[in-house]
Amino acid sequence: MGRPARPAQTHPPLTTDVVVTGGLARRGQRLVPRIGRTVWSTLVGIGIVISHAWRSRDTIQYPEEMVYLPPRYRGRIILSRDPAGDERCVACYLCSVACPVDCIALQATTDETGRRYPAWFRINFSRCIFCGFCEDACPTYAIQLTPDVEMCEYERPNMVYEKDDLLIAGPGKYHEHDFYRVAGLAIGGKGKGEAENEAPPVDVRGLLP
Amino acid sequence: MTWYWQLLTVLLVLIAVLTVSAGLIWYERRLLSLVQDRYGPNRVGPFGLFQVLADTFKILFKEDWVPPFSDKRVFVVAPSLVLVTALLSFIVVPVADGIVVADIDVGLLFVLAMSSLAVYSVVLAGWSSHSKYSLVGGLRAAAQMVSYEVFMGLSLVGVVTMAGSFDLSDIVEAQKDLWFVVPQFVGFAVFLVAGFAETRRIPFDLVEAESELVAGYHTEYSGMKFGLFMVGEYVAVTLISALIVTLFFGGWLGPWLPGLVWFLIKTGLFITLFIIVRGTFPRPRYDQLMALGWKAMLPLSLVNLLVTGAIVVARGG
Repeated sequence: MGRPARPAQTHPPLTTDVVVTGGLARRGQRLVPRIGRTVWSTLVGIGIVISHAWRSRDTIQYPEEMVYLPPRYRGRIILSRDPAGDERCVACYLCSVACPVDCIALQATTDETGRRYPAWFRINFSRCIFCGFCEDACPTYAIQLTPDVEMCEYERPNMVYEKDDLLIAGPGKYHEHDFYRVAGLAIGGKGKGEAENEAPPVDVRGLLP
Repeated sequence: MTWYWQLLTVLLVLIAVLTVSAGLIWYERRLLSLVQDRYGPNRVGPFGLFQVLADTFKILFKEDWVPPFSDKRVFVVAPSLVLVTALLSFIVVPVADGIVVADIDVGLLFVLAMSSLAVYSVVLAGWSSHSKYSLVGGLRAAAQMVSYEVFMGLSLVGVVTMAGSFDLSDIVEAQKDLWFVVPQFVGFAVFLVAGFAETRRIPFDLVEAESELVAGYHTEYSGMKFGLFMVGEYVAVTLISALIVTLFFGGWLGPWLPGLVWFLIKTGLFITLFIIVRGTFPRPRYDQLMALGWKAMLPLSLVNLLVTGAIVVARGG
């Protein structure tokens, strides 16, 4: 009873050819061709290196030439508006809770119609790690990250963005989304059951079908 | 030669060498990036030429730190040695017909002596740093020196035999009809390899070996002391290029243009070769360098010496 046989190999070898180096590779080769090959490969190497002088450059000349950042890139944080032009943010504090570095602070308040909005909204970008958790947490697509990374400042207090700095004019990445048009909440001008894809409320005490 | 003419020559050579070495930093960075699909420093001044000035200012304002665990006196002296020896070698290099600081009879021996002294800088820097990486770098420098100094000297004996003189000006004059690179091609090839080892640049930068030894012998150095090592390396590159030109490519000899221009053009070409080679080759393993030195280069230079001597004797020289 010996050791069990090695299981059959189920995948091809990781390299297609075995590279032999050192004395084993030199065995049985004549000296002069070997030297010739070495010198030739050296010269070819220099030639290839020189030929790279005519290739196109990989460098992006940054301030003049901008690097492409995809639309979902996680850069400067903004607060967007719904298609009607009102603030999307309902001051639910979820972004502030989700933030791992506690850089988001806000204060909720309501307007005369009962609609919640932040009285003030503050992001300390010198703490922000651009993880995007706030965007994930936001139930109304209000807070969004944008492909803008050029936000250097000479003074650290300038890294603290207030609501005026954060709020943009447009809807950001989600052009049609309007939270109050789909939410079941009754709000100024829109009663219960008047939202999109919503049936009127059922009177559970009524007997009629 | 009157004294003021001599002083002028000294100043000319000193300023030219230091300027060329400083310019080399820019040239190397631009040329290396050219062959690596990059741009290199191109922001400060026209074509980034003032980058060297900016770097110099930066390095001058850095803290000149001497590690408390180091052997302080040696640690401070070591960087100056590499620059001093390289600059001293230049006093015997004829940059043009008659323009040489000291036209001594054993100029070539003087150069070899100085290049042997230069390795002390590296060994002492590695030793006095009291750091394992520096020490390994210094050790490698010593062993590398033992390997290449032998065939470096031997490769030049063929040139000396043909010229019949150790004086570098005489050697250039002896190439009036034929540059020594043709009859002494083996010597040229061996000296080129030795030159790369002498300047401790990339195929043979085992003493620095940043992928293994942090920065080798100058791991513990910072500020202008590190800058001296850098400048010393570039002066050495200029020196070896100038020596190759003087010994094998006819120095200042050339048609139409004045001798100084020819010398500068040829030296520039070899400096370019040094940089291209840096962009091309990987670093051989330590024993591979020793094997190359003792098993290939030494026999090659010996055979070259024997054949050259036999031909010179047969011609009744």
